[in-house]
Amino acid sequence: MALDRSDVAKIAHLARLAIDEEAVPTYAQNLSNILELVEQMNQIDTSGVTPMAHPLHMAQRLREDVVSEVNQREHFQAHAPSTEAGLFLVPKVIE
Amino acid sequence: MMEWEVVIGLEIHAQLATKTKIFSGAATQYGAEPNTQACAVDLGLPGVLPVLNKEAVRMAAKFGLAIGATVAERSVFARKNYFYPDLPKGYQISQFELPVVACGHLDIELEDGSTKRIGVTRAHLEEDAGKSLHEDFHGATGIDLNRAGTPLLEIVSEPDLRSAKEAVAYMKKIHSLVRYLEICDGNMQEGSFRCDANVSVMPKGSDTFGTRAEIKNLNSFRFVERAIEFEIERQIDLIEEGGKVVQETRLYDADKGETRSMRAKEEANDYRYFPDPDLLPLEIEPSFIEAVRATLPELPDAKKARFMEQYGLSAYDAGVLTASREMGDFYESLVEQAGGEAKQCANWMMGDLAASLNKENLEITESPVSAAMLAGMIKRILDNTISGKIAKDVFAAMWAGEGDADAVIEAKGLKQITDTGAIETLIDEILAANPEQVAAYRGGKDKLFGFFVGQAMKASKGKANPAQLNELLKAKLDG
Amino acid sequence: MHNKTIAELSAALAAGEFTSVELTQHFLDRIAKYDGELNSFITVTAEQALAQAAAADARRARGEAGPLTGIPLAQKDIFCTDGVRTSCASKMLDPFIAPYDATVIAKFQEAGAVMLGKTNMDEFAMGSSNETSFYGPVKNPWDTNAVPGGSSGGSAAAIAARLAPAATGTDTGGSIRQPAALCGITGIKPTYGRVSRYGMIAFASSLDQAGPMARTAEDCALLLGAMAGFDTRDSTCVDMPVPDYSAELNNDLSGLKIGLPKEYFGEGLDPAVKAVIMAAVEQYKALGAEVVEVSLPNTHLAVPTYYVVAPAECSSNLSRMDGVRFGYRCENPKDLEDLYKRSRGEGFGDEVKRRIMVGTYALSAGYYDAYYLKAQQLRHLIADDFKAALEQCDVIMGPTSPTTAFNIGEKKDDPVAMYLADIYTIAVNLAGLPGMSVPAGFADGKPVGLQIIGNYFAEARLLNVAHKYQQVTDWHARAPEAFA
Repeated sequence: MALDRSDVAKIAHLARLAIDEEAVPTYAQNLSNILELVEQMNQIDTSGVTPMAHPLHMAQRLREDVVSEVNQREHFQAHAPSTEAGLFLVPKVIE
Repeated sequence: MMEWEVVIGLEIHAQLATKTKIFSGAATQYGAEPNTQACAVDLGLPGVLPVLNKEAVRMAAKFGLAIGATVAERSVFARKNYFYPDLPKGYQISQFELPVVACGHLDIELEDGSTKRIGVTRAHLEEDAGKSLHEDFHGATGIDLNRAGTPLLEIVSEPDLRSAKEAVAYMKKIHSLVRYLEICDGNMQEGSFRCDANVSVMPKGSDTFGTRAEIKNLNSFRFVERAIEFEIERQIDLIEEGGKVVQETRLYDADKGETRSMRAKEEANDYRYFPDPDLLPLEIEPSFIEAVRATLPELPDAKKARFMEQYGLSAYDAGVLTASREMGDFYESLVEQAGGEAKQCANWMMGDLAASLNKENLEITESPVSAAMLAGMIKRILDNTISGKIAKDVFAAMWAGEGDADAVIEAKGLKQITDTGAIETLIDEILAANPEQVAAYRGGKDKLFGFFVGQAMKASKGKANPAQLNELLKAKLDG
Repeated sequence: MHNKTIAELSAALAAGEFTSVELTQHFLDRIAKYDGELNSFITVTAEQALAQAAAADARRARGEAGPLTGIPLAQKDIFCTDGVRTSCASKMLDPFIAPYDATVIAKFQEAGAVMLGKTNMDEFAMGSSNETSFYGPVKNPWDTNAVPGGSSGGSAAAIAARLAPAATGTDTGGSIRQPAALCGITGIKPTYGRVSRYGMIAFASSLDQAGPMARTAEDCALLLGAMAGFDTRDSTCVDMPVPDYSAELNNDLSGLKIGLPKEYFGEGLDPAVKAVIMAAVEQYKALGAEVVEVSLPNTHLAVPTYYVVAPAECSSNLSRMDGVRFGYRCENPKDLEDLYKRSRGEGFGDEVKRRIMVGTYALSAGYYDAYYLKAQQLRHLIADDFKAALEQCDVIMGPTSPTTAFNIGEKKDDPVAMYLADIYTIAVNLAGLPGMSVPAGFADGKPVGLQIIGNYFAEARLLNVAHKYQQVTDWHARAPEAFA
C-alpha cells in the first residue's frame, strides 16, 4: 500500500506528531517501502490460524487489594515540565 | 403528526469500592490532595507495568452473578488509544472484544406497576481517568491524577429502554444493586456512579433505529431524566424540520437544561484497540466463581418478594423498604424488636421517618432515631401507653435528640389516660359545658359525636385513650 | 585488570589482589581515555560508582560478598535508575531523571555490583546500528568506521573496548545478539518472561527481554543468575525458580543434537560469515555433537511480521511521552494539540516517528485485520516452526547476522535494508525463545557471531553449549588492538 501526503498527514495527526512539511514526501516514501515489506505477509493464507498475542501461554496473575504505594508527589514532580500546587499544568483544555 | 418511538441504551460507570487502583497499589480514597495518590504506574512513567487487582475481578464477577450473566472464563484487556491530559499513558486499559461479564438482565418496575426486563449486554473492567481542573492557572489547566487507575465497571445495557423514566428506573435499579453487592459506594456527587446515555428516535413501529447521540457524564438521576427528555425533543424537532441527527457526543449543561455538541472530542475517533501486551488473558476458574457466588447477599428482587410474603406487605411498600440493603436491614431489625408489628413498622418507616430523613437529606444509616428507638416507641403504642397521635410528638422529640420513647413520654407526661373514672370525669365536664349540643345530638344530630370527642381529647391534651373515650362517651350520650 | 573476565575479577577481589574502588577507578579512567572516540556511554556516574565500590569493599570486609559484589557494570540507558538521567538515547527523555529503579537495577544493587554509567543505544531501542541515538552514533572498537550494531550497541562496544567487563542489554528483535556478534562479545537474550521488564522502558512489550552481555558465557551465567527471577510488578514475568546457571556450564556435549535451519544459510548470507559459522559447527562436532538439518519455513516472513507487531506496540507504548508529566516539552505551546504535536515531533527522531506511524496505521480502523491480526497469526506459525524444529534437535545454530559490521551511514537512509540486518534474530523474539550470540571468528578482520537458539527456559543449556565452545576456542578473548 503506497501512502501519499494526505495519508501521512492523517497518521501523523492520529499519532500527534508534528512533521515538517518538506519531510512529508520522504516519510511517505519510507512508510510505503515499509508497508511493501510488511505486505509480504500476504504470501501465506492464515485463515483459521489462532492469533498469538503473547509468547507465553499464561494467565493474568492477580494482586491482593493492599495499599503498597506511598505519596511521592514531590519526587515524581521534581523534573516535570510544568507544575503548580501539586498539579501538572497544560495549556487550557477546552471541552 | 408522526408518532415517535424513543430508543435508549445506558453505559453506567460504577467505581469499584476497592482499597487500591485496578493496576497499582496506590490508594483510591476520595478527596486527597492532588496527585498524592498517583503512583509511578498511575502517572504512566516510562518503564512501569500494570498488575491486576484481584478484588476488582471479584467485584465484577459478583455483579455478573447478580444479573444472571455469564462470567467469562477468559477475558482480555485491551488498550483504547487516544490523547488527553487526564489519560497519562495515552491509552486507557479497558476490555473490548472479550469482556468479563456478558449477557445479563435486570427487571425494572414501570409506572403502571408492570415489570419490564432490560438486557445487560456486557460489563467490563477498565481504569478511570484523572481530572482536569479548569480553574485558572494563568490560562492553564491543572491535571490531578489521583483518580487515574481507579477501577471502573462499565455496565452496558441493551437499547431496551423506551423513555427517560425507564432509563432512570433502570439506573436506580443498578444503583441499588451495586450497593447491595457492596461493590460501589454509589456516591453520585463524587462521581462514583455516573452514566452515558445513547439516545435515538424512530417512527413508531419502525424496526430500524435512528442515528444516536451519546450524552456523556450524567451524574444524577435528575440529570439523566432531563438530559434524555431534552435530547428526545431536540432530535424529534430536528427531524420534523427536515434535519438529520448526526452521530456525536453531547454534553448536558445542567444550568441551561440542554445538551450541546462536544465537537472537540469528536474528531478522528479512531481508538486503535488492541490487546494490551503488558497484561495476560484474565482466566477465572469455576472455583473462583463459586466462591464469589457464596458471598452474594439476598438481592433486591428476592428480598422484596420475601417481604411481601413474610410481612404481608403490599408490592409498593415492599419495594420502598428494599430499595437499599440498609433500608431492608433497618426494617427487619425494627419488626423484630417491635414484636412483629410488620404493617405498623412499615408505616412508621415510610411515614415520619422517611419524611424526616428526606427533609434533612440523610441516609437511613445516619438516622438519629435508631431501629431500637423506633421499636421502643411502637411498643408503647401497642401497650396503650400512648396513642398513635401522641406517638408523632414522641417521634419528633426522639428525632430532636431528647432520648428514647420512654424518656420522652416520662419527661413530657405524655402517658395515655386509661383510667375510666378520669375519662368519665372529663366527659361529664364537656357535656355539662355544652348543653345545646347535647340536646341537638340526642335530637338526632349524630354527627355531633365527633365534636364531643374532639373537645374531650383537647381537654385531655390528647392523652385520653381514644377507644375508651369513644366507648364511654357513647354510653353517656345515649344513656 | 580490564582483560579479566568477571569470574576472574571476582576471584581477584576475593583474594584481595585489588579493591573494588581500584577496579572501578581503572574502568572510569579507561572510559575517560577512550570513550570520547567510541561514544559508548551517554552518562558516566563516576561519583556514584566509586561510592558503590567503597560500599562493596566494606561489604566484602564484613564477609558478605557474593560473586558480583564490587564488579563494575554498565547499564543500558533503557533501564530506569533512580536519580540518574534515563534517556533511552532520545531527546524526548534527555531531561528525564528517573524517580525509581528498574527491577534489574535493584537486583544488581542487591548483589553489590557497581554501576559505571548508562550506555548509548538506538533511540528507544529502535535500530540495528546505534545511529539513531540523540547522543550520536557509537563506533565499533574493531573498526571505528563501522557500526557496533544495535540497539544495545553502546553496551557491546564498551565491553569489546574493555571499558566495562560486562553490561546489560535488551533484545526486541536482536538488540543483544546482533551487537554482540558485530563487536565480538557474548550475549544472551533469555526466554520472554525470564527477566522482569519493570523499569525497562518499553519498546514492544510482547517482544522486549533484558539480558546480559559480557565477554564469556561463564560471565553471562553469573549475570543472568542475578537478573532473572519473578517480579510481582511485571504481569508477564514468570514465577519459576532461577536455576544456578553456572552449575551446568561444564556438562559434556557429546550427543548434543544441533539443528541447522536451511533457511539461515541461503541467499543474503555473506559467504565469509557462512564459512566462520560452518567452522564453528565443525568444532562442535569435535566436541561430540551431532548435526541435523532442520527447517524454519516461515523465516522469510519474520521481518514483515515483526514490522507490524513491534511498531503497533511501540506506537501505543510511546504515547505516554507527551510532554505533560516528564521529559521534553516544546517551547511556548500555543494550545494542547500544539503541545502534543511539537513535543513529540521535536522530541522523537526520524526512525522512532516512522515506527510510530507504521504502528498507528496498522492498528487504525479498517486496517487492523489486514496488518495486526494477520501478523499475530503469522507469529503463531513462526512459533510453531521452532516447536517442530526443536523436536528434532536440542539447539538451533546459525549466523547471528548475515554480514559483519557495516559502515556508519551505509544503511541509514534505507530503513528496509536496515531491517533485514535482523533477519536471523527477529523470529526468536516473535516466538519468545532464548537465543545467544557467541564470538566464532572473523571475516575481513571483523567479528562474526554464532547464534544458538534453545527451547523455552533452556538458558542453562545454551550457556553450557557456549561455554564448552569457549573452552576450546579463544575468539571471545581477542581484543581490538587499539583497546587492548
